[in-house]
Parts: sequence; C-alpha cells; structure tokens
Amino acid sequence: MPEAMTITEKLLARSAGVDHVKPGEFVTCKLDLVLANDITAPIAIDQFYSMGGKHVFDPEKVALVADHSTPNKDIKSAQMVKQMRDFAREQQMPHFYDIGCGGIEHIILPDFGLVLPGDVVIGADSHTCTYGALGAFSTGVGSSEAGAAMATGEIWFRVPASLKFVVDGSLSQWVGGKDIILYTIGKIGVDGARYRAMEFAGSTIESLPMADRFTICNMAIEAGGKNGVIAPGATVEEFVSSRASRPYEMLSSDDGAEYEEVFEWNAADIEPQVSFPHLPENARGISEVGEIVIDQAVVGACTNGRLEDLRSAAEVLKGRRVAPSVRCIIIPGSQQIHLAAVREGIVETFLEAGCAVSTPTCGPCLGGHMGVLAAGEKAIATTNRNFVGRMGHPDSEVYLANPAIAAASAVAGKICSPDEL
Amino acid sequence: MKVTGKAHRYGDHVDTDAIIPARYLNTTDPDELASHCMEDIDVDFVRKVQSGDMIVAGRNFGCGSSREHAPLAIKAAGVSCVIAASYARIFYRNALNIGLPIVEQPEAVAAIADGDELEVDFAGGVIRDLTSGAQWRFSALSGPAAELIEAGGLVNLTRKKLASRE
Ligand code: SF4
Repeated sequence: MPEAMTITEKLLARSAGVDHVKPGEFVTCKLDLVLANDITAPIAIDQFYSMGGKHVFDPEKVALVADHSTPNKDIKSAQMVKQMRDFAREQQMPHFYDIGCGGIEHIILPDFGLVLPGDVVIGADSHTCTYGALGAFSTGVGSSEAGAAMATGEIWFRVPASLKFVVDGSLSQWVGGKDIILYTIGKIGVDGARYRAMEFAGSTIESLPMADRFTICNMAIEAGGKNGVIAPGATVEEFVSSRASRPYEMLSSDDGAEYEEVFEWNAADIEPQVSFPHLPENARGISEVGEIVIDQAVVGACTNGRLEDLRSAAEVLKGRRVAPSVRCIIIPGSQQIHLAAVREGIVETFLEAGCAVSTPTCGPCLGGHMGVLAAGEKAIATTNRNFVGRMGHPDSEVYLANPAIAAASAVAGKICSPDEL
Repeated sequence: MKVTGKAHRYGDHVDTDAIIPARYLNTTDPDELASHCMEDIDVDFVRKVQSGDMIVAGRNFGCGSSREHAPLAIKAAGVSCVIAASYARIFYRNALNIGLPIVEQPEAVAAIADGDELEVDFAGGVIRDLTSGAQWRFSALSGPAAELIEAGGLVNLTRKKLASRE
C-alpha cells in the first residue's frame, strides 16, 4: 500500500516522475505551462537570452498575456508590450494574447483551456495560484525563473506541507467565494499559510460554481500560500470537457493524507466580508463595517472579473443609479466576457446606472491606469490587494469586497450590503 | 564574504508594492527602479541609503506581487543584504536568483535598532551588531538554493544546464 498523499503532493510527484513525495523534499518538475505578462515578460525575455536561450522549450507551452498596462498606458509601457509581442512572433508562439482577443491572464488561461486538471504551471505573476481551482498545481515565480523555465521547461520546488480548510453548510445571500477567502485570510493572517499548500474542501466548496472556486484559489497568495487547490469533480469536468484539446487527469487527496493543520468553517457564520486597508487580513463582516464613504467602486480583476461577477453586480445595479459622488468602474475580465455581457444586456444595465465600462485590463487593480486614486480617496474594489498605494496615491485607501457589495456601495456612496438599499 | 553597513528598520509584511510601486513598473532599468525604492513607506530611504547598508525587517518581507523589480530595486539602491524575521516565498526565490543576499534571523531582527552598524559574515554564518556588540548565527543554505549561490545565480546555472543539453 503506497503512502497516502495530498492532491498537491500527487500533482508534484506526477510532474517530477516519481511515485511519492513528502513535504520538505526537493523535486524538479516538468512544466505544462509557463506564463508571463507585459510587466514580467520583458525581464524574463532578457534573462532567457542571457542564459543562452535560443528557442522556448515548447511554443505551445508558453503563454504571454498583455494585460497589466494595456491598452498601452504610456510610451514606456508600449515599449515593454512591444518587446513581448516581438518575442512571441519570433518564437512563433500561438498563445500570445494582445488586446482585442485576450483579457486578464488568470481569467483567459482557464477559459481557453490552456490549464487543465493535473497540470503543473508556473507564472511570472503571483496570482498564478488561481488554477488550483481546476485541480492543477500552479504558483507564482519571478521573471528570471520564468525566463529559465521558458528555456528548460522545468523548475525546482520544495514540496509544501498542506493546510486544509473545510467549509460546510449553506451560504447566505450575497456571500460567495470572495467572502470565503477573505474570511479565511482574516482568520489566519497574511502569512498564515506561508510556504504552504492551501487545500479547500467540504460540502460548501463542492457546491460552488467555477467562478467562486477561481476567486478562492486566486487569493491563496494573500495568505502567503504557495498554491491554493480544490479537488476537481463534476463541476470541473463540465468546465474543462468542452475546452480541453489534450488529455488531463483529475486527482484528489487520499484518505489518511497528512495535513499540518485542519481548519473548519461553518458557512452560516460567514457574512459578506470587507477587508480594510492596508492588508487583506483586516476582514470584517459587513455588519461591522460602520460608515465608510467612498469615492470609487471597481468591479473587475483576476479575482472577480468573470461573467458571474458582472451578473451579480448588475443584479444590484439594475434600475438604480450610481451615487453622484462615486465613480463606478466595471472591467470585464476578457474580450469574451465583455461580449457575453453585452449580449446579456448587462453592459446596458451598467451604462444606464452611470458606470464606466472599460475594455479588459488589470488597470486600477495595481494602480496602473484607468482609475487611479488621488490622495485621501477611498475605493471599494473586487480586487485582491489593499496595500499602501496599491490603487494610486500612498494616502488613498482600498477596501476589498465581492461584486454585489461593491455595486451596492456605488449606489449608496458608502460601503453597504444590497439589503440596505 | 563579509559586508558592513547601517541598518534601515521596517516592520512586518513589507509588500512589493511598498518596495517598488506599480506606477514605476513601466521600466526594467535597475537604476531607475532603485530611485523609487521603498518610496511609499519611507520617502527618505533613497536619500538616506548608502552603499553597503542593510534593510532589517519583520515577518513576511516581500509579500505580494511576483515582481522581480523589487529585489532588483533593493540591490541597485546599494543594499548589501536584507535581514528579516521571515520572507514571502516568491521574493525569497527572486532574491536568490538575482544574487541579492538575504538572511533569515528573527532574533537579530528583534534586537537590531535603526541606524546600528552591522556586519554580516556569510561564510561564517554570523551577523554582528557593531553598535551594540551583540551577534547571532544563521545557518547556511541547503539544497537547490545552495547550488544556485554556488553557481553564481540562476543565469549562470541555467546557461550551464542548457549547454550540457546541446
Ligand atoms: S488583475 Fe490585478 S491581481 Fe490580477 S493579474 Fe492583474 S494586476 Fe495582478
């Protein structure tokens, strides 16, 4: 009888070509995909050449996405995007995504079937951990490692110990994946899962749609996690079966697999969450928020820019008006999502409510463009980070929440739940 | 190898947006990045820091984004070593890969005061606070991290690996 393993251990063992791994061991893994974006790719490309790289290890297995500073926000950014575009052409990469066909990396890669269950993926972007929602091992790295991996197709890892988060029971109205992960980070802190795998399980997680699962795994890094992961089942099968163009393997943790710690949350205890400045761990239930007047509301980002998120915001904004003192910015996560939102009439709802609807971009999420805050301004956002200066001036503030809360707050001019409108 | 310099103290969870704000990520030039290093939590850092100085910080240093621009900015600002109670993992790997020396030593962090004169002896595995006279040991790296340092960084290591495949 082989020793029991967690799903994270199984994924790493499979890609390292060994039968068994345990936490603390070093492994060298073969990569199914290497990702970089317009901010991280330029350094990765320079390093690729300084390492003596000539051809990427497999043009099918490298994805480059122009999403952070695009549509090009200034001349310097334009140069960086151009470097990435030129490299993609030279290397004949089929998976280069420019504006007009792509969107935010962590939304489009799963949507285009580039990441599948069983994969081991790295990306020069910390939110690469998003793909754990598909039953893959994925984690962020820096540009040099992405450059090296583009050349070699492999990387070393130390096998992480796993933490298990079991969520049971039914969720209240306006509570979703965003609230589960903010609640979790609020409980364990921004380094509570440092170097660990965060595995989410339980009846609540099993009943969640894909969008919520992506949101949860997306923010594993905000607790310091190496990866976030959810064992795939019927929901994942349904999502990938129409998208996959290669075989995939759905793994799950063995009974008796070892966890460093197991946390149990009761879904009924979780209110819509709001994380106060300047750390995601400053999460409070909406009933504990008090009076926070806002200047801007942002719905979008790799955390909550999916069609389901836009629908949730639209449900709240339908027939209402954004408060005159608030700028409400809606950013569909991809070209496809934008088109679907137009066809469903959601975009019309947003425009009638007085929102500005943007083409897909990371934009304000990292304080790049398309909604940068001035000194003293406050924003509620469906993004994932509220560090000092994250959305603009170092004296501005970001409050993290789910799309329904962000939309309701835009209408009220202060942070609130749709029930209070 | 030994380095000496003055300590610049910071708290827990110094994130990569604080080390180098995203508004400056439209360049990859290390000197330009260094000119904005730590700007959002310490506007005076760039003016104060002298070649050889060290950043001394609490838990989870370098949390947040994967931007390698963060260790690049610190290194180009002249910082000889970062001493922290603990590191976020992507920053840790990035620092090793680009050759920014980092040491994890929570006891030293608890004791060192802002402005103390420090000496870090990497071969001997000792941090000395020349101002207070205290000293602390730290353990050498092992596994792939040690290999990386041995090879002189990820660029050299990968170049060798690629050459051996040809
Ligand atoms: S949306 Fe924000 S968190 Fe996500 S990849 Fe873009 S900048 Fe990073």
